[in-house]
Amino acid sequence: MCLGIPGRITEIWDDRGTRMALVDFGGVTRTTCLAYLPGAAVGDYTIIHAGFALIVVDEAAAHRTLATFRDLGLLDELRGQLAATGPGQPATTHDQWPEVSSRPASATRGQETPG
Amino acid sequence: MRYLTEFHDPELAQRLLDTIAATATRRWTLMEVCGGQTHAIIRHGLDQLLSEQIEFIHGPGCPVCVTPLEMIDQALAIAARPEVILCSFGDMLRVPGSASDLFSVRAAGGDVRVVYSPLDAVGIAEANPDREVVFFAVGFETTAPAAAMAAVTARRRRLANFSMLVSHVLVPPAMEAVLGAPDNRVQAFLAAGHVCTVMGTAQYEPLVAAYHVPIVVTGFEPLDLLDGVRQAVEQLEAGRAELVNAYPRAVRAEGNPAALAMLGEIFTVCDRAWRGIGTIAASGWRLAPAWADLDAQTRFGVADLTVAESPLCHSGAVLQGRIRPPDCPAFGTRCTPRHPLGATMVSAEGACAAYYQYRRLAPAGWTP
Repeated sequence: MCLGIPGRITEIWDDRGTRMALVDFGGVTRTTCLAYLPGAAVGDYTIIHAGFALIVVDEAAAHRTLATFRDLGLLDELRGQLAATGPGQPATTHDQWPEVSSRPASATRGQETPG
Repeated sequence: MRYLTEFHDPELAQRLLDTIAATATRRWTLMEVCGGQTHAIIRHGLDQLLSEQIEFIHGPGCPVCVTPLEMIDQALAIAARPEVILCSFGDMLRVPGSASDLFSVRAAGGDVRVVYSPLDAVGIAEANPDREVVFFAVGFETTAPAAAMAAVTARRRRLANFSMLVSHVLVPPAMEAVLGAPDNRVQAFLAAGHVCTVMGTAQYEPLVAAYHVPIVVTGFEPLDLLDGVRQAVEQLEAGRAELVNAYPRAVRAEGNPAALAMLGEIFTVCDRAWRGIGTIAASGWRLAPAWADLDAQTRFGVADLTVAESPLCHSGAVLQGRIRPPDCPAFGTRCTPRHPLGATMVSAEGACAAYYQYRRLAPAGWTP
């Protein structure tokens, strides 16, 4: 499925000339083919489609993306804080998703056609 | 980092939402190409959070939905043969053909098996040398590498009883079909991230140039989608049209070289009919001539079946973004996930299934 979530490679072995791996998705494990990821190693996070690992997730890139999000609107926030009642004003915190209080649980997923 | 909760962070989501709201001076129309993205947008309510800034038109990127009816009927015909074990991804089993579906064939005695990986089908062929094992190879560029490796593995193991019914589809020609339609309203694309994981990003450059349309390669978590929207809106507001990768942790410009090499060897580009949309030139993959002995279409002589689509199903209009699922008179009444009239109600990536699952049942223009 296209919602392929990253899983962690926990074990690698050879099956008649094909590199295979066990990938852990937060407790659920899947046997996965590493034919397209010759450099993958135990401990790497990878995205799986139809039983095949397609990429090793780039952790540095993930951190850069999140850092970009954190920087968004910082300037406006500083301006807002200066204009507000003064120092010590707590920054807004959001302890729940902006949208709604309840969302349906994720669909049961398994052997769908990967998109 | 586990790459999940980090990309669901509510505070960062609010920052992205605020940025989009501050940037947009008008409402823009975006298409998210992949059905997985459609589900995430509906599930997390991103369309509602962005209702003032963005109209989402849901793209055709649901592999089950666009698999042409004639291919479903061919799979049904093959699966009904006593010597055949037909292996398929699970969500194909409920997709209605002209008169039946794979579940019904199985109930009538056909040997239809659900597999997680195409390699499982190869294993079944190896374990059943007296049976013909057919893998129903559907899906986009994300799934095709797995099918390609199944072909290679079967040949390497000298399995004469393995074949594939191939109906792979390609995303960029479908995007071009959307852009080229006379009534196109799409102003920017959120491109399907994992397709680009395999294929890389270069194939979108010609679309950006020819149609002056921003294309943002986008992931599947809520923050990924919001960032895709943000980067699309920034371009639209500035009058720019560029190809941008907003999913760099999983997409590199060059794609997956090993997978690309394999795809080039096993498959060759062909015209392909898309269910509900019609034939799009050079929008599919079939087995290359050197692999034609694995083609189930010729092995079982099913290439010339006549087909008939349900007149009640409006999935073609849904797939082209002309109507929303609840606008269909059959939605949620005669057509439900348990009794689907069309593939868009079946698949985990179909737009109708998303709207049904997350209780978006009101037609357009309806107000509470």
